[in-house]
Amino acid sequence: MFLIDCPYCGPRQQTEFHCHGEAHIARPKDPDAISDVEWADYLFNRSNTKGVFYERWVHNHGCRRWFNLARDTVSDRILAVYRMGEKPPRVKK
Amino acid sequence: MTQKFRLAEGGRINRDHPVQFQFDGATLHGYEGDTLASALLANGVHLVGRSFKYHRPRGILSAGAEESNALVQLREGPRTEPNMRSTMVALFDGLKAESQNRWPSLSFDVWSVNNLFSRFLPAGFYYKTFMWPASFWMTYEKVIRNAAGLGKGPLGRDPDRYEHRNQWCDVLVAGGGPAGLMAALAAGRAGARVILVDEQSEMGGSLLSGTGEVDGKPAADWVAEIMDELRSMEEVTILPRTSVSGYYDYNFLTLLERVTDHLDDEPDGKTPRQRFWQVRAKQVVLATGAIERPLTFLNNDRPGVMLAGAVRTYVNRYAVLPGLKAVIFTNNDSAYDTALDLRRAGASATVVDVRKAPRGALVEAARAAGIDIMDGKAIVKVNGGKRVTGVLIRELSEDGKTVTGGSQSIGCDLVAMSGGWNPTVHLFSQSRGKLRFDESLAAFVPDKSFADERSAGACNGSMKLLDCLTEGLKAGLAAARDAGFNVRKAPTAPKVDEAEEGGIMPIWVVPSGKRLGQGGKHFIDFQNDVTAADVSLSHREGYVSVEHLKRYTTMGMGTDQGKTSNVNALAIMADLQGVSVPEAGITTFRPPWALTGFGAIAGRNVGEFMDPARLTAMHDWHVEHGAKFEDVGQWKRPWYYPKPGESMADAVNRETLAARSAVAMVDASTLGKIDIQGPDAAEFLNRIYTNAWLKLPLGSCRYGLMLHEDGMVFDDGVTTRLAENRFLMTTTTGGAANVLTWLEEWLQTEWPEMKVYCTSVTEQWATVSVSGPYARHVVGSLTDYDKLGPKDLPFMTMAEMDIAGIPARVYRISFTGELAFEVNVPRRQGLALWRAIWEAGQKYGITPYGTEAMHVLRAEKGFIIVGQETDGTVTPMDMGMDWIVSKKKGDFIGRRSFAREDTARDDRKQLVGLYTEDDPHHVLVEGQQLVAEVKPTPPMKMVGHVTSAYFSSNVGRSIALAVVEGGRERMGETLYAPRLEGGRPVKVTITDPVFFDKEGVRARG
Repeated sequence: MFLIDCPYCGPRQQTEFHCHGEAHIARPKDPDAISDVEWADYLFNRSNTKGVFYERWVHNHGCRRWFNLARDTVSDRILAVYRMGEKPPRVKK
Repeated sequence: MTQKFRLAEGGRINRDHPVQFQFDGATLHGYEGDTLASALLANGVHLVGRSFKYHRPRGILSAGAEESNALVQLREGPRTEPNMRSTMVALFDGLKAESQNRWPSLSFDVWSVNNLFSRFLPAGFYYKTFMWPASFWMTYEKVIRNAAGLGKGPLGRDPDRYEHRNQWCDVLVAGGGPAGLMAALAAGRAGARVILVDEQSEMGGSLLSGTGEVDGKPAADWVAEIMDELRSMEEVTILPRTSVSGYYDYNFLTLLERVTDHLDDEPDGKTPRQRFWQVRAKQVVLATGAIERPLTFLNNDRPGVMLAGAVRTYVNRYAVLPGLKAVIFTNNDSAYDTALDLRRAGASATVVDVRKAPRGALVEAARAAGIDIMDGKAIVKVNGGKRVTGVLIRELSEDGKTVTGGSQSIGCDLVAMSGGWNPTVHLFSQSRGKLRFDESLAAFVPDKSFADERSAGACNGSMKLLDCLTEGLKAGLAAARDAGFNVRKAPTAPKVDEAEEGGIMPIWVVPSGKRLGQGGKHFIDFQNDVTAADVSLSHREGYVSVEHLKRYTTMGMGTDQGKTSNVNALAIMADLQGVSVPEAGITTFRPPWALTGFGAIAGRNVGEFMDPARLTAMHDWHVEHGAKFEDVGQWKRPWYYPKPGESMADAVNRETLAARSAVAMVDASTLGKIDIQGPDAAEFLNRIYTNAWLKLPLGSCRYGLMLHEDGMVFDDGVTTRLAENRFLMTTTTGGAANVLTWLEEWLQTEWPEMKVYCTSVTEQWATVSVSGPYARHVVGSLTDYDKLGPKDLPFMTMAEMDIAGIPARVYRISFTGELAFEVNVPRRQGLALWRAIWEAGQKYGITPYGTEAMHVLRAEKGFIIVGQETDGTVTPMDMGMDWIVSKKKGDFIGRRSFAREDTARDDRKQLVGLYTEDDPHHVLVEGQQLVAEVKPTPPMKMVGHVTSAYFSSNVGRSIALAVVEGGRERMGETLYAPRLEGGRPVKVTITDPVFFDKEGVRARG
């Protein structure tokens, strides 16, 4: 079970959190201006990264805040935790 | 007392406290401090079970957690537990144990015929034999399960209490042997919070099994001193009888503490039987010791063949002599200690050593003690059935592959074997550490750590006592330092006098002079009856990967998880493939290390605590009035209220009729309620819902549909504008939590600039919905009637007023299609409100109704239920709800997806109504498939399915809602609904989904 350092509450057990998949997938500004293919890409396609992966988590049994973290999907090491709106930090495995 | 094999003195048993116990009905005696295994051996009982597949007689192999043979059924009644390792069961007064896997008795077992037919039961036998015909598997399985199976599970409810405990520590030390004790001492003195865990009833590990000295005193005295100091440390927790069952990510470890299992008294109901610890440790020291390997020789499974180290443990720790005439069969020096101890205890001992001219201090000591040492020889066969009676010995070739010369027979009642020692790397491996193969030990040892842990002592490949103590000390200090402690008063490593040991000669299969499998068996995995011949067969059949070997032969897949067999099997396989052991690879060790009962895992989350029910303020009233309940989400909702003698259908018909002909009331408190506030609240709803919200007047209600970005319906409900910047959203009962998360997700991740705050207020309100022609009369009698008039409180508006003297919000919204008032009051006044409405409604014949009637009533009106008519693949247009999708307001979630090719198809499944043609009383089944053309047998093209089906007394016949491909264009068409139970498919006609009051005038009245 991970120990996740919530940027608002500090380290907490993984069971307090929920993962919501890949981070930094912005909703297209003008959905009508893009093709069906591009829209479908936004809707459905996610990278399945081996290595450093940026993903969204919510502290749903805690502060209920959303945040991002960078995780090495091979080792499951959490390399960085950062708030929504912040740029993804550069991390090394 | 007849403990014939109990030594006159010594051992760590309490001779002042004799204990009586039963094994297979026979009354036997032992002492406090015994395990069941040691007590059985003290009574000369070696035959304790039958093996899994061949039903061979089996005895006690080990003295610890690795036991694969001596599994028993412990206790009786609801407390009974199968597969308990007798080596780990502490003896208590009145203990009752039974052998397993035998019928009718242990001594005479019918299924042992399997052994005679064993050449027809090779590796993969089940896979090969019972595959055809497939439909017969059910029959085969019953017979196989009966013949195999390990023990019986309890039938009754577990009467005991189990607890969970969460804890953190600076340093967790797994194992209380010499290395673990030193580690705990070092970390404890540094001031770290330490948890010291050991599976045994007392700390000391291997020191309790030997006769050596530490720091010039008997090892047991040294252990006692260390324990005294550890006990005096406030931050040190000592957990005996506790297994580290799993080592997970981020140093999260689970411990299974057997709190009262060793006591003769049944738990008092306050003390848990077992405690399941969940520990987060900053640092971990693994000091889990080593497990001795069996040697693989012919009939090495006979009762009386034991691990040499275990024999030593029985002699020294339990003062039990497992045999009077022993043969020690070894490939290394450690077993010479066993020979010496046996001799000291009065048994005769002969050593058969596969090594030619072994040299080492222990060998010399044995020789000096007059012990006969037969070097360069091997046991080629064990004689005896239910107990060893002797062995045959032949000369072994230098490479260990063949035997030569004549055989010599030695009579004996005990064979103590040692094939070397495997470091117990299970926890290390679970922590994702990488192993390497150590040639000098011929075993896997820890290589690279992954987690914040360090291995010390035997589990690290250091088999000498001094190394264990030194490594333990160093690991404890380093762990404390890494956990942030300054180490000032470091203990010094104690002094030990130790003999130099000679090397090991790996020998994975001891030749018998015959082909493998002839004249007996070479067992590798005793519990699952896997032999060297099985491994050889799977090699011939082309199995290359160790993982496949494991699954094909079931090697290591018993309850012991291959603790004694794993490396032997891998080495044999490597040998057959002509590669080195590390090249062949190793299977992954997975949690749990220790057998863990479901009781411990469940803890107190059983019964009413398993999934706590949410109850409304009116729950007790519903119970008093005989309601049957339905689980909706976590809520208990009244399903229907049967009167005496009424069936469910009777009750539902009565309730639905009352709602349309008189007046009826329903507890609607469970609907999700979210208070949405902030200057951007209206704009936010505009983006979340499909329809327009900016201009909703104060006090007005509006129905909304929520979509996911893929355009599919995800929730619905009525939202009311309470103030310019404040709305109250209702959601489906089951969807409330998801909707709140959904709203927060958009606010926090995509639109953080919006000033909107969402608060769940579901629990704050109690809601009574009153429906029917007399609804206004009933509610009006509890307030100022004029405030409820059609113009004063029009349809789809809300007003605040007192109802029965309780401040309330009254909404004119309707899920039944009738004139309805939904009265909301603070939860604590919910029951008072319900009673007041109930009383006031008496003269109108008010009828409480449940969820079933509610579903029928809404279906009569063609109102959808999200999750019933929808399934995540349904758009608003599919539901015929184009009217709620704004074309003008701009973007909202899901809108763009309407233009996707698949979403825009006009032959998508659309909501329709169905009438059965032949029998108007026949009710279709939810989920029933619909076809346009019936064929004699499937497959038939399915054009849709039934989503809701009820008998409607208001319509006077059965009705159904369904989704049908291009359904709106198919009104009047006939479809067929094949029946699950066979017979003629039901003929149905497609109709409009609104069955009652199509104009919708009643709700507006």
